[in-house]
Amino acid sequence: MSILVNKNTKVICQGITGSAGAFHTRQCLEYGTKMVGGVTPGKGGLKDPNGLPIFNTVQQAVDATGADATMIFVPPPFAADAIMEAADAGIKVIVAITEGIPVLDMVKVKAFLKGFPQTTLIGPNCPGIITPGECKIGIMPGYIHLPPAKAKSGKSVGIISRSGTLTYEAVWQCASRGIGQTTAVGIGGDPVKGINFIECLDLFNKDPETAGIVMIGEIGGSDEADAARYVKANVKKPVVGFIAGRTAPPGKRMGHAGAIISGGDDTADAKLKTFKECGIHVSESPATMGEAMAKALGINT
Amino acid sequence: MKIHEYQARQILADQGVPVPPAEVVRTPNEAVAAFEKFNQPMCVVKAQVYAGGRGKAGFVKLVKSADEARKAAEFMLSNRMVSNQTGPEGVPVSVLIVAPGVDIAKEYYLGITLDRGRGTATLIASAEGGVEIEEVAKKSPEKVLKVPLHPLIGLQGFQARELAYKLGFTDKLASEAAKLITNLGKAFIKTDASLAEINPLVVTKDGKLLAIDAKFNFDDNAIFRHPDIAAMRDETQEKPLDVRAHKANLNYIALDGNIGCLVNGAGLAMATMDIIKLHGAEPANFLDVGGSVTPEGAIEAFSIILSDPKVKGILVNIFGGIAKCDLIAEALVKAGRSIGFKVPVVVRLEGTNVDKAREILAAAHKDLPTLQSATDLTDAAKKVTAAVAA
Repeated sequence: MSILVNKNTKVICQGITGSAGAFHTRQCLEYGTKMVGGVTPGKGGLKDPNGLPIFNTVQQAVDATGADATMIFVPPPFAADAIMEAADAGIKVIVAITEGIPVLDMVKVKAFLKGFPQTTLIGPNCPGIITPGECKIGIMPGYIHLPPAKAKSGKSVGIISRSGTLTYEAVWQCASRGIGQTTAVGIGGDPVKGINFIECLDLFNKDPETAGIVMIGEIGGSDEADAARYVKANVKKPVVGFIAGRTAPPGKRMGHAGAIISGGDDTADAKLKTFKECGIHVSESPATMGEAMAKALGINT
Repeated sequence: MKIHEYQARQILADQGVPVPPAEVVRTPNEAVAAFEKFNQPMCVVKAQVYAGGRGKAGFVKLVKSADEARKAAEFMLSNRMVSNQTGPEGVPVSVLIVAPGVDIAKEYYLGITLDRGRGTATLIASAEGGVEIEEVAKKSPEKVLKVPLHPLIGLQGFQARELAYKLGFTDKLASEAAKLITNLGKAFIKTDASLAEINPLVVTKDGKLLAIDAKFNFDDNAIFRHPDIAAMRDETQEKPLDVRAHKANLNYIALDGNIGCLVNGAGLAMATMDIIKLHGAEPANFLDVGGSVTPEGAIEAFSIILSDPKVKGILVNIFGGIAKCDLIAEALVKAGRSIGFKVPVVVRLEGTNVDKAREILAAAHKDLPTLQSATDLTDAAKKVTAAVAA
């Protein structure tokens, strides 16, 4: 089993004619994702180099292909609009890869999405989501992932991360120990974003095939601490946690007001302390996430 | 992005927030002229710098004569300001403001910033202004009021009125304060600010409401739609290497250690610093080359790292997703050939196009003997810390 996306998910790419959109559409196709088309306003009726149909609007793409997921590479000034267009067209899983969307645009998008409870936004500023062996929507290197059916340990985990490249790191470390991944989700590093740690934890907790969960956070914000308390109250599966930024210098904070909003909860050490109090297996080094997961699952490596 | 106080005052004034009169001056003669123009018993001369800690550093001065105004201006314009926020090299001062003294009866704090938890901007206010507001928040959180801005329609009139009364304003001042609060909310949204702060907001002894000091920071992601704000950027206030990194779209912060880092992704960049420290050494910088790095950007990244004389070794840690490993490898080789790697460079590559990248590095090994490959993160950290210690 997996969360959010699987082999039946039909995916379009918004911004398919841009260089990143075109490159990663091809990579997703090669991985086996059911890519069914793309959207670039003004280029409707054309086909991309892979023969996928291009549409002017997401609604046209959905009507013609039955797409239920989208991967957005639209440039930052237009990305918020692209997310709302996808929701309005009935897309269920919106994966926004775009980096650099203005924060106040995302504040409005979040308010708009309240009218679409059936829609899940992943990102923005994220690597995307992958259910290994079935569906890759995003920019992660597919080959590092290990589908549950091929996991030598017989066990698979879910991975949730705010950082793109650290997600790959965790996947790689688990895979090289024979631990598969049911699904890996990069939730993105922006302050205002779609799906959060708790929502992912809830989905992984309900998925019977997911034996454990790796949760990777960063300094800043209170999401990790909230998620840790959620784990303590609700999650019976082993959870491994890592927080990046223990050595990050303090400062670079946003004047007085920012410090008041965040309280004292947002340093790496404060978050790790909360992790430990909530029974999360803490990986002290970014190189030991896989090892910690193996240990927590009782796998000999 | 940051701006100067005088620019922040202008943004507030444009939005109808009452700010006291002030003259922006760039020479001691202009400071004298400003003092004489105001014709008041006392004025304040304030250096315009991005960094805080001006008062303690002697860059905010009360002056009681034209001669004192000249001396204060001469001092500020001919010295760099060094405070606990600037580092020992300090920052240059080229602009001052001269403003008449204000008889303050009471001080308040007003600020707006993003509340990540709520997913929207939030107004923070306190009747205990002028002091360290963090201290007030810690000791008596009930004295710090928070009002979220609606994500779509912003701060509403009733919220501003309610807040004005809660802060203790009465009668005519209450309606003036409500209007000021509403206008601060408008200025925040209109400019895509990440921080809009009035500290202190004061009531004068003759009953006037005035924004004495203002601070605005802006969302870097939204600068593209505010060319007027982008034009306010004062590069003299930033470190030269930071300016270079900004121009090359690199996310760079200089640190105190001796191992330079070149990494893709902010999270992995921080984790790379963490692992260097776990192995007993210190990182010389944080550097995230981002996802869409160009060959020129990568070369500039190496050249920025190498221009720091403290750097005794470099750790390159790339897990390619959107960034392609072969591109980084090519840039690495190109940079090595053009700049020359006099220090050990340990490279750990994984991800998109990694095989092609390994071929490129292997082929260049003869030209770049200080280049070493690492198999994983721990191996990379061990190799680079050992190379630096040797």
